[in-house]
Amino acid sequence: MSAAAPQVSRRAFLQSSLTASGGLLLQAALAPAAFAQDATAPPNPLGLYLRIEPDNRVFIGARCPEIGQGVKTSLPMIIADELDAAWTDVTVEQLPLGLDFSGATPQWRYGPQGAGGSTSIPGAWSDLRQVGAQARSLMRRAAAARWGVAAESVATQDGHALHPDGRRLSYGALAAEAAALPLPAAPVVLKARSEYRIIGRPQKVVDAHDIVSGRARYGIDVYEPGACTAVMLRCPYFDGDIAGYDDHAARAVPGVRAVVVVPGPKPGEPLTANLATGIAVVADDTWSALRGREALRVEWSRGPFAHESSAALDRQCGLLLARTGQIVRDDGDFTAARAAAARVVSARYRVPFVSHAPLEPENCFVHVQADRARVIGPLQQPAGAQRAVHLVTGIARPAITVEMTRSGGGFGRKLTNDFVAEAALISKATGLPIKLMWTRSDDLQHDFFRPFGHHELVAALDAAGAVSGWTHRLASASKYYRRPNMKPEDLWTAELYPDDFPARLVPNYRLEWHAVTSGIPRGSWRAPAHTANAFAVQSFLDEVALAADRDPLALRLAMLGADREFDYAQHGGPKFSTGRLRNVLERVAAAVGWGRALPKGRGIGLAAHFTFGGYAAHAIEVEVSPRGELAFRRVVCAIDCGQPVNPLGIEAQMQGGTIDGLSTALNLEISIEGGRVLQSNFDGYPLAAMAQMPRDIEVIIVDSAESPAGCGEMGIPTAAPALMNAIHAACGVRIRNLPMRDQLRDALRA
Amino acid sequence: MRFTVNGVEREFAGDGDMPLLWYLRDHARLTGTKYGCGAGICGACTVLVDGQPQRACLLPVATLAGRAVRTIEGLGESGLHAVQKAWIEEDVAQCGYCQAGQILAAAALLERRPDPSPEDVDTITNYCRCGTYARIRRAIARAARELSAK
Ligand code: FES
Ligand code: FES
Repeated sequence: MSAAAPQVSRRAFLQSSLTASGGLLLQAALAPAAFAQDATAPPNPLGLYLRIEPDNRVFIGARCPEIGQGVKTSLPMIIADELDAAWTDVTVEQLPLGLDFSGATPQWRYGPQGAGGSTSIPGAWSDLRQVGAQARSLMRRAAAARWGVAAESVATQDGHALHPDGRRLSYGALAAEAAALPLPAAPVVLKARSEYRIIGRPQKVVDAHDIVSGRARYGIDVYEPGACTAVMLRCPYFDGDIAGYDDHAARAVPGVRAVVVVPGPKPGEPLTANLATGIAVVADDTWSALRGREALRVEWSRGPFAHESSAALDRQCGLLLARTGQIVRDDGDFTAARAAAARVVSARYRVPFVSHAPLEPENCFVHVQADRARVIGPLQQPAGAQRAVHLVTGIARPAITVEMTRSGGGFGRKLTNDFVAEAALISKATGLPIKLMWTRSDDLQHDFFRPFGHHELVAALDAAGAVSGWTHRLASASKYYRRPNMKPEDLWTAELYPDDFPARLVPNYRLEWHAVTSGIPRGSWRAPAHTANAFAVQSFLDEVALAADRDPLALRLAMLGADREFDYAQHGGPKFSTGRLRNVLERVAAAVGWGRALPKGRGIGLAAHFTFGGYAAHAIEVEVSPRGELAFRRVVCAIDCGQPVNPLGIEAQMQGGTIDGLSTALNLEISIEGGRVLQSNFDGYPLAAMAQMPRDIEVIIVDSAESPAGCGEMGIPTAAPALMNAIHAACGVRIRNLPMRDQLRDALRA
Repeated sequence: MRFTVNGVEREFAGDGDMPLLWYLRDHARLTGTKYGCGAGICGACTVLVDGQPQRACLLPVATLAGRAVRTIEGLGESGLHAVQKAWIEEDVAQCGYCQAGQILAAAALLERRPDPSPEDVDTITNYCRCGTYARIRRAIARAARELSAK
């Protein structure tokens, strides 16, 4: 974010008040001035964080967008536990974007509101507990006053205050009195771990009933009065443009109201708004808009990347890796270690571009009026959506309201608000309230793809078989796309995380990066570079073990060594613990029965990795038939994400991450020909359905008192290398080029 | 032409080429049926037509004359269907977007095969991008037990 990134207010954290119905409302202490002056502001009956009604119902605001990662359940659990509410009394409601612009810098009224980088839980851990604890303190003091006893003698449980003699009063009955009391002057002492009653216990998705009955509201379900539906035809060529078009037939389609050109950024411009030039068709309903789009005749100019292809990018990587690139970490003397080595092992891996493909494609409702705008959508970065609308309309940010619906997946795609900017441009051009719909083809053709790269790994082994030198050489197209303000020598920071395993565990260690030139848009795909790097590193470890005639588990444990902590300067730090990584690895190895004799055609693979503050490992047992058919026999994963907040949610995220990792490694690649993406629907980008995936995925959750990390991204990076290690163990075929597709079958037939 | 949606008689005089999906969403405002691909692949748009699971994105409204469509909103005759309840019990949903289609596909499977084998369950080809497949299997098994106990 820019220098004007919102700050979390530390001035005065909370204020309490009485609701119209006689309840307690606890909210952040900023005056909601910006919203109050705006007639289109969404009603916010919830207040900011927490409301307790006289009938003892507890309403908790969910500040982060819910994209399937479960924060709408887990964050309120944190408040409810410190409050000692009964979880069954709690109703969770989604909060809109709450940015306050009354001060010198924008302030988060409810705390940070985003879904990315597995940050929601760690970001909320201390402040949300304090919210719950302060409310509980008010309840105890209100009860103490009523009973004429000392506040310290009042206990709380399940939404009630308890008198030492056994009498009880519900929070609801105390709410009005509690609202009249001053808030604690200093932060309240938080519960000890042993006192948690909601945190750490399995809680189901709060919206489950609405979801299974079809009532949950996603972006695509927004039908505002008077709104028209828009679809766009975008230039399929990277940085291409419109050479000419004819919209007569499109305008003649019944139901079509308008056709407007939506200009994209010029090549080289920073990405601040929409992605590609296109033409929007605005109609009364989706079908008319789609038919209108089909009737458009457009000629494209193919732009500066017209010759780009996947094959050319592969050649480019080969040429780059033949040279020396940018050395971004260089411990000891790798060249000397290599020269002195008893053995040198090397291998190259290829990781393709892949797409986020959330099942709900991008869409957004935007209504731009003269001096204000309203946005409703499935957003991962609502503040960014507000900024994008501001940039393309000039409307001041305080006059732009943003509401988040549930989102049918995100995986990083909806971190970029290009689709919001498009909807704003179309609404501004037509004066209409617009729901912009993206089709699947739009989504696959115009994504910010996970970067592609070739990885070369080289290990030097000494006479004892220990790893004395290690180098990881990567040629990739940096995730930092259209960032003209970024220095070229910093582009590698999105591709290699220099403190990742095995940094500091191998004395002579070097990381080298080569910039691949490509016009394809790139961005953050769930667990960004960890998916590519863990695949290469954890596959290579098995290749090293084989060359050194060592057991793959023993080699990993030997490299991790004794339990100790290293500084970790990238996202997920500040520390990396070898012991915690070792523990998850040992847990999955024990669960899967590592080392036991297996029938012919069976194999087990392992992998472990540290991602954004969480430690994860996979053990996968597969069977490979003589004809190369793959079957999963057992999949076990372990996660140490600190104090588990919602074990049911953590299990879901690990299972989902595993499926994402496996499906992607087996099937998925975005390929380029003639300066555009080839895939345009799921026929060319086949996600795994049930039949291809493991029937069960066992999840071990490490019980830990460490402060919690998120868990939305930890399940992916180790799934693919564990699978490929298992396949190698089963049949001797090493898959180094993702996706696997028919490679296994072809190798065994040969 | 006329057909029924969740037991309610509907009359349609518009463009018969319009896929049922867009009729349900934009016109009947039954938004539980989702769009995922428009190509008959992902199953997010699954509905039951005369009891059979169908991809609503590929079904022109003109083909529906006299037929009975059931969507997620009308699955439970009174309250939630056993499959929906099992989905809640097994905490299946992550983003939840695919789940209406999954539930209808599962309900249709259980009509055909009250005690489905894992291979029977494999015939459900609906995508779940969030990867809830393991819990979907558990939920189907739970619903099968509940339904057979009745
Ligand atoms: S939307 Fe109909 S199958 Fe995907
Ligand atoms: S729960 Fe998200 S697609 Fe299935």
